[in-house]
Amino acid sequence: MIQPLTDEKRFTLTPGSEGLIETQTLEVSIGPQHPSTHGVFRMDCVLDGETVVALKPVMGYLHRNHEQLAERMAWLGSMPYTDRLDYLNSMSNNWAYALAVEKLAGIKVPEHAEYVRVIMSELTRILNHSCVIGFMLQDLGAWGTPLLYAFRERERILDLFEAVSGSRMMCNYMRFGGVRVDMTEKDLAVAKDIVTRFPRFLDEFEKLLTGNEVLLARTQRVGILPKELAINASISGPMARASGVEYDVRKVDKYGVYGRFDFRVPVGDVGDVYDRYYIRILEMRESIKILQQALRDVPAGPHVAPEVKLRNFKIPPGDGYGRIEAPKGELGFYLVSDEGGKQPYRYHVRPPSFINLTTLEDMCLGHKVADVVIILGSIDIVLGEVDR
Amino acid sequence: MEAIEKIKEVAAQAVPGAQVEIVNSTPAAQQPALLVDREHIYAIAKFFKEDPRFQMDFCSCVTGVDYLQKADKPGFIEVVYHLYSVAQKHGPVVLKVRAPRELDQCRVPSLTPLWRGAEFQEREAYDLYGVKFDGHPNLRRILMWDEFTDHPMRKDYVPPSDYEWEPTPHDDTLQRTVQTGGITPPTAREELEKAKKK
Amino acid sequence: MAVDEGLKSELQKQGIFVLTFEQLYNWGRKSSIWPLQFGLACCAIEMIASAAARYDLARFGAEVFRATPRQADLMIVAGTVTKKMAPLVVCLYNQMPEPKYCIAMGACAISGGPFKDGYNVLKGIDRYIPVDVHIPGCPPRPEALIHAIMTLQRKIANQHLEKENRLRWYDKNAETEFPIPSYGDHDLQPPANREVWQPPRDYRDVTLDEVKKA
Repeated sequence: MIQPLTDEKRFTLTPGSEGLIETQTLEVSIGPQHPSTHGVFRMDCVLDGETVVALKPVMGYLHRNHEQLAERMAWLGSMPYTDRLDYLNSMSNNWAYALAVEKLAGIKVPEHAEYVRVIMSELTRILNHSCVIGFMLQDLGAWGTPLLYAFRERERILDLFEAVSGSRMMCNYMRFGGVRVDMTEKDLAVAKDIVTRFPRFLDEFEKLLTGNEVLLARTQRVGILPKELAINASISGPMARASGVEYDVRKVDKYGVYGRFDFRVPVGDVGDVYDRYYIRILEMRESIKILQQALRDVPAGPHVAPEVKLRNFKIPPGDGYGRIEAPKGELGFYLVSDEGGKQPYRYHVRPPSFINLTTLEDMCLGHKVADVVIILGSIDIVLGEVDR
Repeated sequence: MEAIEKIKEVAAQAVPGAQVEIVNSTPAAQQPALLVDREHIYAIAKFFKEDPRFQMDFCSCVTGVDYLQKADKPGFIEVVYHLYSVAQKHGPVVLKVRAPRELDQCRVPSLTPLWRGAEFQEREAYDLYGVKFDGHPNLRRILMWDEFTDHPMRKDYVPPSDYEWEPTPHDDTLQRTVQTGGITPPTAREELEKAKKK
Repeated sequence: MAVDEGLKSELQKQGIFVLTFEQLYNWGRKSSIWPLQFGLACCAIEMIASAAARYDLARFGAEVFRATPRQADLMIVAGTVTKKMAPLVVCLYNQMPEPKYCIAMGACAISGGPFKDGYNVLKGIDRYIPVDVHIPGCPPRPEALIHAIMTLQRKIANQHLEKENRLRWYDKNAETEFPIPSYGDHDLQPPANREVWQPPRDYRDVTLDEVKKA
C-alpha cells in the first residue's frame, strides 16, 4: 500500500532550542532559464527552508505582440501567426481562429472538411498529451526516457502532418470555410495506421508509469486545486476536469461535428498532480475512440466552402467570440470588425495557459521547491500562448 | 438562454438605476452585448453571477478595446467581459463597460473580487491599454517590463525607431529611417524625392 | 613542419597519427560540443526533436544539454528574443566559460523574423552578442540544426591558436564579456552594441567613383 506524502515536519528541534536558531526567509527567482522545459517563465518564490511561503509568476519574456500584428494584416494574414501561439499544437490554434471568423461572417463548412478538421485536431490532442506527460516526467527526474518515447510517437504524427500540409510544426492548414488541401486516401490510410498502433503504445506507457511507486509518491496530494476555486479562477481543460469540473467545450458548444461522436469526458476527483496526469491518459483513449469513428465515417465532398473568396474577404462590422477545446483548455478568439471590414480592428486571444496560471500560487503554498516544478509541469503551459 | 431583450429587462429591474443598452454583434454571430455604465457594472455582474436563472460562474474572457475619436463622437476604451455558466452550461453573456481615453480618467471597477479568473486579464488590459481597475488586488504590469512607460496596444502608440536597416522601406518606416540617419537604398531615395516634389 | 600526405596515410594504416597540436586540440573541442538548454519559443521544440530518438544529435558530440551555462560551450538561441529577455540572454552568454559559441536558430533569432514589427521584439540576437552560425527557417528542420552543428565543427577545426583568426580566449585584447543592456522607457539602452553589430551596408549605395577611390 503506497502511503501518500503528508505535510508534517520530518524533524523536530531539540527541546529548549526553539528560538535559539535565527531563521530567515529566502527569496529565490526560479528564473527564465531553468532545466524544466516549459519556456521562459519566471517564478519569484519566497522560501522558508525549502517550503514555499509565497510565489509570484512573472511572464512577458516571450511577448511578441501577436495581437498588434494582426491589426495590421488582413483576416487570413494572421493565420500563420496563430500556429505560433501554442507551438506544440498548431492545428487546433488554426481551427479556433477559423471558427471565430466563420462565426462572425456566417460561413458554413462542408462536412468532409469538418471531419478532416476533427481528425487533425484529435491527432494533435494525443500528440500534445503524450508530450506533456513526457515533459512532466522529465521534471520529476526521469531523465528523458518517457520524453523520448513520446517524441517517437510525435514524429509519426508529424510525418502525416508534413505529407498533408507541407510543414511539420507550423501547419497553417485551416482556412475560412474548410481546410487548405484535401486529405487523400493514402493520408487517411496512414492516419488509420497511426490510430491502430497507438493503443499499444499507450499500454506500454501506462505499464511503465501509472503504477510507478516514485510517480505515486511524488504526485499524489501535491498541488491540490479545489473545484470551486477552479471554476472561479476560469480554469479550463484537463486541469479543471481533474478537479471535478464537468465542462468540455466539445460537449457544451458541440462545434464542428462533435455532436455526432460517442465519447466520454473523464473527470477527476482530487485535483492533484496525479489526477492531472491520469486524466490526460484517459483523454488520449477517448480521442482514439473519436478518431476511429471519424475515420470510419468521413464522407466525400469539397474540402473548402466554394462561396468563400480569399481576395477582398470582408466581414460586416461588429464583434464576436469563438472558442474550441484546445488540448490545453478553452482557446477563444475575440474579434472586432469595423466599417472597412478587411482587417480586424481588435483581435484578442483568450489563452488557456495564461489563465490556468492564476492559481499557481495557491497550489504551491506549503509544498517544497521540487514540487513547484512538478506543479508547473502539470498545469501544462506553453509560453507562446501565455505571452502571445 | 433567453432573448437579449428579456435579459436586459431582468438585469435593469434587478439593479435599479443602471443604464443598460444592447450592442449588436455581426449579424451572423448572434452574440449581442449589454453595455453597462461604469457605476453599476459591479452590481450587474454580481446579479448575473448569483441569480439562480443565470449562475454565470465562469468568466471566460476579458478584453480591452481602444476606439479612437471618430468625427464628433469622442473616443473611449471599452472592456468586454464574456461570461459562461458551468453549472447550467449556457452562455455567453457579454458585458461591456466604457471609460474615457485620457489616462487620468480611465478607471473602471474591477470584477476580480467576483471572478478570480479576471485577475491576470485585467492586469493585461492595464498594461497594454492603461485602464485602471479599482479594487484589483495587484494591479501592475504583467507583460512589459516594469520600467516601461506608456501603453503599447493603444492605437496612437508609436514604437521606438530601431529600423536602421530595412531593405525596402516605404511610408512611415521610410520617414523613421531618414530621421534616425539610417541607410536608404536608391529606390527609396527616389520615392522620397518624388514625395518632396509634390 | 609539412608531412607528405602519402606518408601520413601510410602511417595511419599502421596506427600512427601525425598531427599538429592545433589539430588535436580542435578535434577534441569540436567532437564534444555541449549545448546549453536554452529554448525560448517554437524552435526549441525542433531542438528537442533533433535531440530525440529520430534525429539523434548525440552522435555529433552534443551528448547532454547542460542546464547551467557554466558547464556549456554552445548556446543555441532557439526562438524569438524579446527586449524583456535580451539582457538575460547576454548575461547567460557572459556566464559561459571560453571558448564559447553561439548559434542563432530560426528567423526570429537572426533578425526578428515574422515578429519584426513588434514593440517588444529584439531584431536579432546578434545586436548584442557575436553569433557564429545562423540557421534560417521557421522553424528549421532538425536536419538543418544538425547541418549547423557540422558547420560549427568545421569552423572550430579552422580556428588557430596563434596569429590571425585565433580563438578569442587566447587573444589578450578581445572582449569575452559583453555589456548587458538595461530596460529603458520604450526600448533597451543601448539599442544595439556597436562593436558587435553594424547595420549591413546596401551595395547599391556605393557609386563607381567610390569603388575607384578605394
